[in-house]
This record gives sequence, C-alpha cells and structure tokens, in this order.
Amino acid sequence: MSSKQKLLPETPSQTAGPYVHIGCTPNFAEMAGMYDEDLGASMKKGPVKGEEITIIGHVFDGTGKVLQDAMVEIWQADADGAVASGDPNFTGWGRSAVDMETGQFRFDTVKPGKVPYLDGQPQAPHVTIWVVARGINVGLHTRLYFEDEDEANAADPILSKIEHKSRIPTLMAKKQEDRTYLFNIHLQGEHETIFFDM
Amino acid sequence: MKQLPDNAGFLPRDRSWHPDALTPAYKTSVTRSPQKALLSFPGGLGEQSGPDFGHDMLGPLDNDLILNFAKTGEMALGPRIIVRGRVIDQHGRPVPNCLIEIWQANAGGRYRHKNEGYQAPLDPNFGGCGRTITDGDGAYEFRTVTPGPYPWPNGMVDWRPAHIHFSLIGHAFSQRLITQMYFEGDPMILQCPIVGSIDHKEAIESLIATLNMAEAVPMDARVYTFDIVLRGRRQTFFENRWEGL
Ligand SMILES: [Fe+3]
Repeated sequence: MSSKQKLLPETPSQTAGPYVHIGCTPNFAEMAGMYDEDLGASMKKGPVKGEEITIIGHVFDGTGKVLQDAMVEIWQADADGAVASGDPNFTGWGRSAVDMETGQFRFDTVKPGKVPYLDGQPQAPHVTIWVVARGINVGLHTRLYFEDEDEANAADPILSKIEHKSRIPTLMAKKQEDRTYLFNIHLQGEHETIFFDM
Repeated sequence: MKQLPDNAGFLPRDRSWHPDALTPAYKTSVTRSPQKALLSFPGGLGEQSGPDFGHDMLGPLDNDLILNFAKTGEMALGPRIIVRGRVIDQHGRPVPNCLIEIWQANAGGRYRHKNEGYQAPLDPNFGGCGRTITDGDGAYEFRTVTPGPYPWPNGMVDWRPAHIHFSLIGHAFSQRLITQMYFEGDPMILQCPIVGSIDHKEAIESLIATLNMAEAVPMDARVYTFDIVLRGRRQTFFENRWEGL
C-alpha cells in the first residue's frame, strides 16, 4: 500500500516556552477577566459519582531541580470507567500550570474506573498525562497508575508489556493522607519517568 | 495475545519530522529532555479521545486580540493582521471543533508576563491572549497585531523571530499539539535555535504563514494564512478500499 506517501505530514511541534500561561491559563498569568475561568481549572462542575481524590506533584529536570514554568494536563475516565464521561458534572480533563514558586501542580478529580484496552482487556485505573514547558520540544505523554491497585496493575495490558520492570514505579502515584496521590514527573536522570509514544 | 482491531488508533508520529528532545543549541532542552526511548503502544480509549469544547464557551472578542484587552474605545498598537487557516488531519480531512489557543508578544516584542525580562514597553491595551474553535470545515481566524521579535537568554545575542504560539486540542489526546507560527520573509527565522530544533527544511516551512494580500482588508488589516495538520486516525481496510487508496 502506498498510502504513506499520500499522507500529509503532521505540523511539527515547538516548545510551549516560558509564557504558555498567557494563552492557556490567563487568570493564572494575572490577566483576570480575560476568561471567566481558566480552562481545565475545575474538573467537577457539581456532585460527581466516585471517590474524590487530589493529584499533586512536581516536575523535575535532569539536575533534580523543580520546574517552575511547566504546564500539565490530564484526561481520564469517570468512576465507571467511561472516557468522555456522560456525566455533565465531570469533564475528565484538567489543566494545571505549576505554581511559579513551589512548582506544584494539582488536580481535584475522582479516581477513574477500569477502561477496556483495544483488545477488550480491562486496563488498570489510570490517568493520561501530558507535560509541556520551556525546553521541552515535543509535549510528553505519560500515564499515572495508582500504587494501591496492585491486582489491577498486575493485569494491566500495558504495564505487563513494559520490558524494564524497574522503571514501572515511575508511573505509580503514591497515596498520601487525605485522599491525595503524589505523582512526581522526572524528565531525565536516574528516575526518568516512562514517557509514551501513543 | 488477542488481535488488535483494524482501526487501532492514530497513525504513528513521524518523530524525525518533529524536533528531537535534546537540541543543545536550545540550551534549556539539555536538562529537560528525556534520555530514554519513548515506549510505543497503540493508545487506549483514553488517548484516542479528548475533551469537547462548544462554540458557546467563546466570548465575542476571544479571537480579537486588538480589542479583547483594550480599554473601551481604545485598541492595541501595531500593524493589524488577520491570521486564518484550516486545521486538517493527515488524510486532509477537516478537524471541526478544534480548540485553538494563542499567545504572543506585543508589537514591541514584549510579553505581558511576570517572568518577562525584555525592556520593551507593555501596551496597556494588549493582553496577547486569544482563542477560537474551528468550524465545520476546520477553518479558524483571529485578528491581532504583528508581534515584535525579541531577545532571549540563550546565546549572547539570540533573538526570536516574530511568532505566535498555538495550542491545539483536536479530537484526541494523541493529537495534542503546541507549536509556533512564523511570518513569511522574516530573516530571523533561520537564525533561531528553537526553529533550528527542527531538522527538515520543509517541516520548518510548514510553520511559516504566507502573506495573502488578495484577502487583505482595505485600510485595515493584512492577512496571513496558516494551515495546521493534526495526526490522522489509522484507516480501516474498508475505508482504504472505499476511497481507492
Ligand atoms: Fe514566544
């Protein structure tokens, strides 16, 4: 098949740069009133079924320094495992600029249910993550899994195909107190997060 | 292992067309680039879908940067332009309902941002932020002023060419893209280490908007045309046959 030659090339990526906030989170960039609310700032528009959780974390560079200018987005299923949830109160999509001082990102959401993979096998509950920042030339995709879902994680069709098992912990959110999960992202170095080409 | 369905998500990204993660001439990439290989899997339902945005969320001035931050009766300073184009996928099909968010420096090359370090003045009537959503044909447009070039801390005298940042949310998280649009004829484009992070000349050219004087608005604004291609879905056997590919 020669269809490859007929495909248009995708528009190439360029870094989000240091001023991504102006376009994506103008309220955070101190342009209050440009839009009512920054898009993705609240994932819940009312009562939502399921276990309420908070996801927090930092993005680290190869020297161990916390990024203060990254932007993180997440996309996930609802508590029943439905992606593009039919629940009008749940967007499934969140966007968080990291705090300009502490570097922390934060999402108030619900724990996702199990979503079937392409072959119908259930995947462990997970959240799809996308990270951009100055110095990142192409946005990075990864997945957050929950460390307290041992059984589901062991059966997950993607986790089980990862060759370097020692790297799997980089995908595991750690449970803190108060229904909070900690998920740190390491762009480089010994603990480099697994990034996906999906 | 069970067979994957024929329509298993999106066409693989041609990574050679995109910048590498590590491009040392752009210094910040040195410590922010993953060094291990990306793991390739066909995305699941999560990666193949994405959030939906309705046209009703847009304010009437969201795609007019000349007015959307200006005081009543005033306007942003600078050469007035309209940027328009289409968002299509790799098969050439329109991508309707694609959210486009843009940000840029003012006509003097200054961003309205806390971390901005360039001495050019702010324009009190310019925010530098806008958004729009593509129509049924994938078409979009917004009105703004030409952003100025600006110096940035990288090499001793590196200047960014005039550019507008674009963020695109199409139909799937796998298509998520942030890029930058440059302006035809700008001699600074090929001197820029960020542009230079892209290897292929044709890939760089695809980020350069063309000046389209035939569509210029008399005594008002010039028009730049910029089309964007997002990743396409893999076609099924039947789709291929039906379209005679
Ligand atoms: Fe810029």
